[in-house]
Formats: sequence, structure tokens, C-alpha cells
Amino acid sequence: MEWLQQIINGISLGSIYALIALGYTMVYGIIKLINFAHGEVFMIGAFTGFVAIVHFELSFVPALIIAMFTCSVVGVLIERIAYKRLRESTRIAALITAIGMSLFIQYLFIYFRGAEPEAYPQDVLPERTLDIFGVKVSMQALLILFISIVLMILLQFIVQKTKIGRAMRAVSYDKDAARLMGINVDNTISATFAIGSALAGAAGVIFGIYYTKIDPLMGLIPGLKAFVAAVLGGIGIIPGAMVGGFILGIVETLVSAAGFSLFRDAAAFIILILILLFRPAGIFGKNTKEKV
Amino acid sequence: MKLSKRFWGFIIAALVIYAVVQVLITTGTLNPFYSNTLIFICINIMLAVSLHLVIGITGQFSIGHAGFLALGAYLSAIVTMKLHLPFILALIVGGIVAAFAGLIVGIPTLRLRGDYLAIATLGFAEIIRIIFLNIEYVGGAAGMQVKHMTTWTYAFISLVITIIIISNFTNSRHGRACIAIREDEIAADAMGINTTYYKVLAFVIGAFFAGIAGGLYAHNFYIIQPQNFGFLKSFDILIFVVLGGLGSLSGSVISAILLTLVSTFLQEYPETRMILYSVVLILVMLYRPQGLMGTKEITDVVANLRSKRREAS
Repeated sequence: MEWLQQIINGISLGSIYALIALGYTMVYGIIKLINFAHGEVFMIGAFTGFVAIVHFELSFVPALIIAMFTCSVVGVLIERIAYKRLRESTRIAALITAIGMSLFIQYLFIYFRGAEPEAYPQDVLPERTLDIFGVKVSMQALLILFISIVLMILLQFIVQKTKIGRAMRAVSYDKDAARLMGINVDNTISATFAIGSALAGAAGVIFGIYYTKIDPLMGLIPGLKAFVAAVLGGIGIIPGAMVGGFILGIVETLVSAAGFSLFRDAAAFIILILILLFRPAGIFGKNTKEKV
Repeated sequence: MKLSKRFWGFIIAALVIYAVVQVLITTGTLNPFYSNTLIFICINIMLAVSLHLVIGITGQFSIGHAGFLALGAYLSAIVTMKLHLPFILALIVGGIVAAFAGLIVGIPTLRLRGDYLAIATLGFAEIIRIIFLNIEYVGGAAGMQVKHMTTWTYAFISLVITIIIISNFTNSRHGRACIAIREDEIAADAMGINTTYYKVLAFVIGAFFAGIAGGLYAHNFYIIQPQNFGFLKSFDILIFVVLGGLGSLSGSVISAILLTLVSTFLQEYPETRMILYSVVLILVMLYRPQGLMGTKEITDVVANLRSKRREAS
């Protein structure tokens, strides 16, 4: 039963990756940019949640909502200040700006706050273990999974059923045609950043509760891994990011359970390289031919 | 005729710089802090120029250059500290191992383009770092003690060789093939250029010089730790190339010198330095995406000015 427990832990970890990966994949789908600063939005979410819980003594759900709101504002600001002007420039310029933005947020945060880590309070979510047919599952892991799934269903609803969701799909399919159809492309892109960043903020709070330790540089590695998850599922495809996140979480947990915990961080990158070599479009992606 | 003139001019200038600095060091006018900074500038220029070949000339966006630096640093440190062989051999071993790693990394990943290549190279650099973190033989996370062996002579000679080889490569038939790939890969392919071969070749040469720079780096700092070779180091090298101008060798040399000086003076305020770096990077991308020099070289600029003056008179 040991391995089943590990798989459940892996799914909880994977749900965090999946929430971050969704933001990556939505942004990439719409403006073809790897938003490196997404990991920093995740970090800001974790700290906002921390402040809300410790200093304002809010409970979990309001803290989560505040963090999501703050992050969506930050996400839109990043887009409006830096990325908007780069839409017509080269991909490399946009990518370098994104890297610059990521480092700028990290070090601005350290400059004003200091680099020391912060410990999340332990009693935010009920800490119990359930015994289901001999498998010990912590309540926390289950709650995290539940919240992530609720958020993902909400996202699917927004993208598939609402007007703004339809606009997003149209813009990601063909920006110029969407503009001709009367869609406000700028606002749609900002809305995409807002939704993606809100999910990253939620992931930040959940990460803090699950791992109890947060610090200003925490966004880098989970951000990169979430990107791996997005590529694994097929970048630009929303269900792909979810599946990719879960797979990555499970693989990482199994690698550390097998006794290679120090190589856990390498596992994600090895997966990335393998997927890029053998199926660069990702699990759900379609291969497209490049036209001259 | 003109090119050879330029070459000899460069050699003479290099000899003069070398002699002046060497005299200043031996007479004690330059204290160890300054001579160390000069060595560090040489190392950074080597890194910038080797990455310039990959990004600026061939147009392959690699953000994992610190991985090759790490390989060169560790391998050369093993050669001198564990096997007690001479330093010059260590540098060559570091370079060859890094080049070999570049070959292994390059053949599969250079099939990728743009963003994917960037992430894959970043991933490889992280894997290399994690491997060194987990090898007890080289000290794991605590790092490895290395004797101080890098002198101004070693650093400067390596730098001159790097610049000569890379600029000659760029001006050769191979270099033109690489530039054709940068401009349009599909068109280059259609013109009969073996794109995979040239991309891997540029990548391997870049990795080789990064490896040698790694050897110099390791023997200049008394200790090497895996955390010195993380993403931030790759980013440092990237900003040299981007700020100098993608495709300009002299641009990357100038920006490497400038930024090394800036970061030496901001050493005590690492956060300020990083904020400054990232703001500069964003502003350059927003308002001057071609960088300081664009694809021009300093010699082109000088020649232009001269011909303008001649027209005026």
C-alpha cells in the first residue's frame, strides 16, 4: 500500500504544478510567450496568502481569494507594462524581457523585504489522516486536490461557456481575424493574464500550506517545472496542462520514494528533454508542419 | 589584404595591453584586487564571446551556458587538485569535456527551435548542476577547494586565442553558413547548407571556450560550488551578449567589460545589482532590441566615421 500512498501524494503535488502550468499554457496559447515571470506571480500569491492568514487572521478561503485577486492584478500589470509593447517584436526579445521581468520582481521583493524565508502556519487546514482501506491519506492532501479540481472546473467553464472564454479561444486561434470580428484583443489578452495569474496565486497559497516554507526565490523551480508540465501536456492546450502537472507530480514523488530524492529536480528536466525529442507537440498536441 | 591588416592590428594591440598590465602587476602598481578584476573581465569576455557565437551568429537561443562553465570548472579542478597535473592541461581537459558535452547536448536539442531550445538548454544546465551537487568526490553542495593558479598571462592568452578563433570562424565560409541559419533556417537549408551540422558545430565551439573559461574561473576563486553555476550565472552571460548586440562580437566584449566593472563595484549590494541588470535588460528589449551595437562591429563603426570625414573634406 506504500506506493498507493505515494501516488496520492504525487497527485497533490501535481495539482500544484497543474495550477501553475495552466497560466503558462493559457498565456503561451494566446501570445506565444513563455511568461518566465509566472513563477514570481506564484511567489507573490504565497506571500499574500501568508500575510492574510498571519497578520489579518483570515481563514483559508478568504486568504485564497485575496491572493488570487492580488495576483491577477500583478499579472495584468506585468502584461501592460512590459509585454504589451513587445507583441510585434521578435520571440527572443519577448523571452529575454520575460526573464528580466522575473528577476526584477524577485530582487525587488528581496530588496524591500529581505531574503529570509517565512514559515506558514500549520493550523490553516485540518491536519488529520484518513484511513481508507489501509491507505493513510492526509486530509490536507485531499483538500488541496479538491480545491485544485474545483478551480480547474471553474476554468474550463470560463473558457468553454462564457463570452470572454470564447474571445480567448478566438484570439489564440487567429488574432487578426478576432480583431475583425469586433473582439477587443488587448482586453482579452489582459483577461488571460488575470485568470492565469489568479490560478498561480491559488497555487502559491496551497504550496505554502503543503510545504510550510516560503521564500522570495521559491518561484523559480516550481515555475520551470510547471512549464515542463505544460510542454508535457502540449503547450497551449488547457487539459494538457492539467494532465502534464499530475504526471510530473507523480513521477517526482515516485523518484524520491525510490531513494533518489536528490535527483528529484533533475527528473522534470529529463522528462522535458525526452518529450521534446520524441513528441515535441506534447501528449495532446497535434504535429504541425512549418510553412515557408 | 584589409582583413589581414586588421588581424595584425589586433595582435599588436593585444600585445601592448598585455605588456602594460603585466608591467603594472609586476611593479605592484595594480594591487591584487584590480588584477583579479582584470582576470575576471577576461573570463567574462570569453564567456560572452563563446555565447555570442551560439546566439548572435547562429541564432540558437541557448540559456544554459553556465552548465558548460560548470563542467570546465569542475573537470579542470579535478585534474589539478586530484590528479596533480599541470594547469595548462587542466584547462584543455575542461574545454574538451565541455565541448564533448556540447556535442551530446547539441545533437538532440538543436532540432528544437526558439523557446523550446531555450528551455531544453536551461534544463541541461540544471541537470549538470544537480549532478555535481550529488557527487561526493567533488564535495557535493559544500564545494571543492581549488588552488589559485589563474594568472593574468593565462587569462589574457586564452582570451586572445578565443577572440581570434571565433572572429576567424565568423568570417569564414562556416561562419557565413551560421549567419545564413540565423537569418532564415529554412532558406539556408534550401541553399544546401547542412543546418544541423553548423548549429552543432557552433554550439560545440561555444561550449569548448566556455569550458576553458570555467577552468580559469575555478582557479581564480579558491572554491567552486554548484550554486555558483545556477540559472543566474547563465543569465549573467546572456545579458552580456544581449546588451552588446546580438551578432556583434565587439559589442559583447564591450558589454562584458562594462557589466563586470559595474558588478564589481556593486558587489556589496547584490540585490541592487540584480535590479539594475533586469531593468537594463527590459529597457534594452523595449527600446533598443538590437542591443548596444546591433550587428555592427566596432571596426565597421570606425571605418564609417572615417569615410564620412573623408567625404566632408
